[in-house]
Amino acid sequence: MNQFSSFVRKEFCHILRDKRTLLILLVMPVVEIILFGFAISTDVRNIRLGILDPSNDVATRSIIQDMDASKYFTVNLVLHTPEEIEDAFRKNKIDMVIVFEDKFYERVTHEGSASVQLLADGTNPNTANIGVGYATNIIMAYQMRLAQKSAFSGASSTTIRIVPNIKMLYNPQMKAAYTFVPGVMGMILMLICSVMTSIAIVREKERGTMEVLLVSPVKPISIILSKTVPYLVISIVNMITIFLLSIFVLKVPVSGSMAWLIIVSILFIFVSLSLGMLISSIVKTQVAAMLFSGIGMMLPGMLLSGLMFPIENMPLLLQWISYMVPAKWYITAVKCIMIQGLDISYCLTELYVLLGMAVLFIFISLKRFKYRLE
Amino acid sequence: MLKYLLEKEFKQLMRNRFLPKMIIIMPCIVMLLFPWAATMEIKNINISIVDNNHTVTSQRLINKITSSGYFKLVNVSNTYSDAIQSIEYGEADIVLEISNNLENDITREGVSNIMISANAVDGMKGSIGTSYLASIISDFANEINEEEVISQGGILLKPYFKFNPEMDYKVFMIPALMVMTLTMICGSLPSLNIVSEKEIGTIEQINVTPVPKAIFIIAKLLPYWIIGFIVLTISILVAWLVYGLIPSGSILTIYCISILYIFTISGFGLIVSNYSNTMQQAMFVMMFFIIILLLMSGLFTPINSMPNWAQAITIFNPLKYFIEIMRSIYLKGSSLKDILPQLYSLFCFFIVLTTWAVISYRKRS
Repeated sequence: MNQFSSFVRKEFCHILRDKRTLLILLVMPVVEIILFGFAISTDVRNIRLGILDPSNDVATRSIIQDMDASKYFTVNLVLHTPEEIEDAFRKNKIDMVIVFEDKFYERVTHEGSASVQLLADGTNPNTANIGVGYATNIIMAYQMRLAQKSAFSGASSTTIRIVPNIKMLYNPQMKAAYTFVPGVMGMILMLICSVMTSIAIVREKERGTMEVLLVSPVKPISIILSKTVPYLVISIVNMITIFLLSIFVLKVPVSGSMAWLIIVSILFIFVSLSLGMLISSIVKTQVAAMLFSGIGMMLPGMLLSGLMFPIENMPLLLQWISYMVPAKWYITAVKCIMIQGLDISYCLTELYVLLGMAVLFIFISLKRFKYRLE
Repeated sequence: MLKYLLEKEFKQLMRNRFLPKMIIIMPCIVMLLFPWAATMEIKNINISIVDNNHTVTSQRLINKITSSGYFKLVNVSNTYSDAIQSIEYGEADIVLEISNNLENDITREGVSNIMISANAVDGMKGSIGTSYLASIISDFANEINEEEVISQGGILLKPYFKFNPEMDYKVFMIPALMVMTLTMICGSLPSLNIVSEKEIGTIEQINVTPVPKAIFIIAKLLPYWIIGFIVLTISILVAWLVYGLIPSGSILTIYCISILYIFTISGFGLIVSNYSNTMQQAMFVMMFFIIILLLMSGLFTPINSMPNWAQAITIFNPLKYFIEIMRSIYLKGSSLKDILPQLYSLFCFFIVLTTWAVISYRKRS
């Protein structure tokens, strides 16, 4: 035990000596939480609008004003000829153009119909679709006002309406942070545990100091375990930072049981640590370890864990791959406990999968661990 | 002199078992898998419907929702609490409750209420799901209107979607993913390479030779410029062969601007390596910046939706400009003249970063 603790102390010295890496490890969660919490949003807002309005009358001005006043649109450019539209799109100045017909108001009131074209930049289908939807709503609302006015003046109109009452469960204010906090936790813990551990072990191999350690009377397995201890500590520090930040800065409450949340997180930390050990037993150089764990773990962790993109939308093959990403199970479990405030019995599957992964990874890496260097 | 140094670099590169494979495999994987994963197109939203009405109208509404292609009916629950339970178990994402006098309300009063409850833990899915559902319901109301009331005319809306008529989200992501791949490979690999010489100690041997600073740096970076070229070419080929996507603008422009970008980002990698002593350090600094740069580049989420202070930060992000350029040329067929402002910004980054990289490199440690 004494030997083990002095090995752990050696590892801590390694980490503490490298102030810059340590700083990044501790600052990264803070920066990411702030970015995800305050800067990045998947909402569509401030769509840059171009206007081509040959009539320029009461109706069109009123519609344009309504659009500019809504948070979804900002009028960016007033066009004069249809030829300018293409150019403005290609110069990336606008996302959508609204083209009114000539003598718009006159047509609406006298002929009963007038047309509006909405030209949206479809390169981003999401923005385009949602933008057209918002614009339609604004124009329809205007039309209704117009109809009401004319209804007072005599003409009757009965249109059927079905009014949806929308309730957003668990996240009534639609804060993006609710989605991102579990994701960022998964990403950071994964990054620190697996990437750092694998690098720390491979570095000793690459520099040749592993040999020195292996001839010491300490059991090889405790050498490896002692390497994971400091990262376990850092991960737990980070976990606490993220919880504190999300509760006090982002105001995301922990609706479920804090104890289970911590248990699941620690389980996930173990999975990531054992994954790091596994990687280190496969690769030989630090560059390979970094690319393997950095790119091989980070990218799937970001894309296939449900952090940003819903997994249900992906093709089946990718969904199957996502089942192998530990972060996916962890994030689901955290969402379940932390945001939805459900009992642990609702996410037993996730818990068992993580447990199974931890056992599997530890088993394989112990099996593969070589006591001798060739 | 440059020739020998280059020979050394290439030998080292090819001797590594992992790297040459990765240069081929990584762009393939990114181009084949990511466009499918990184999509904001929401389909297969699991819906649970509570039908208290049980009439022809409610049945018609349910049919309309399930046939829209966006929703997958997981169950028809008897009570609202049953439906909520299926949300809690993660089976359903959204619940639609049809009140028991839907048909009555519509025929008698003309107005009816309908309840939508969405699981908003996944904010995007919740909000997009409800807006799809709401628009289907208003469509449904319009249908009934058209049948029963004589159409009143009014304002006719004609939406057109330019540049991407099939509204395919993959097409939007592909040019940007090329930028991501280039950034990861041409940014992090050179920095790791130089630091690894530092860490192993071989950099001392080069420092005592009469090799001038500039030649050393060029010899170090040139292989990665070539790699960047290979990576870009593979990406463009995969985009063409698999997705049938060819740039609507000039491919020559794409290559020219890519060279500028590869120079810029490898210069950034060089700066990081100059200030790092161990590979671990270089790797983490690089990863830290790449994650932030990617998130703030408009790659995944629109920049226009960010608050003003965050939009101000993105001005200092070279990725933002290159992604805009790539998307414009690839999808909109923009010419060099159209993207001049972005190109100027990118050029400024190139000047600043390369100068900084060359100045900060010291032969003495």
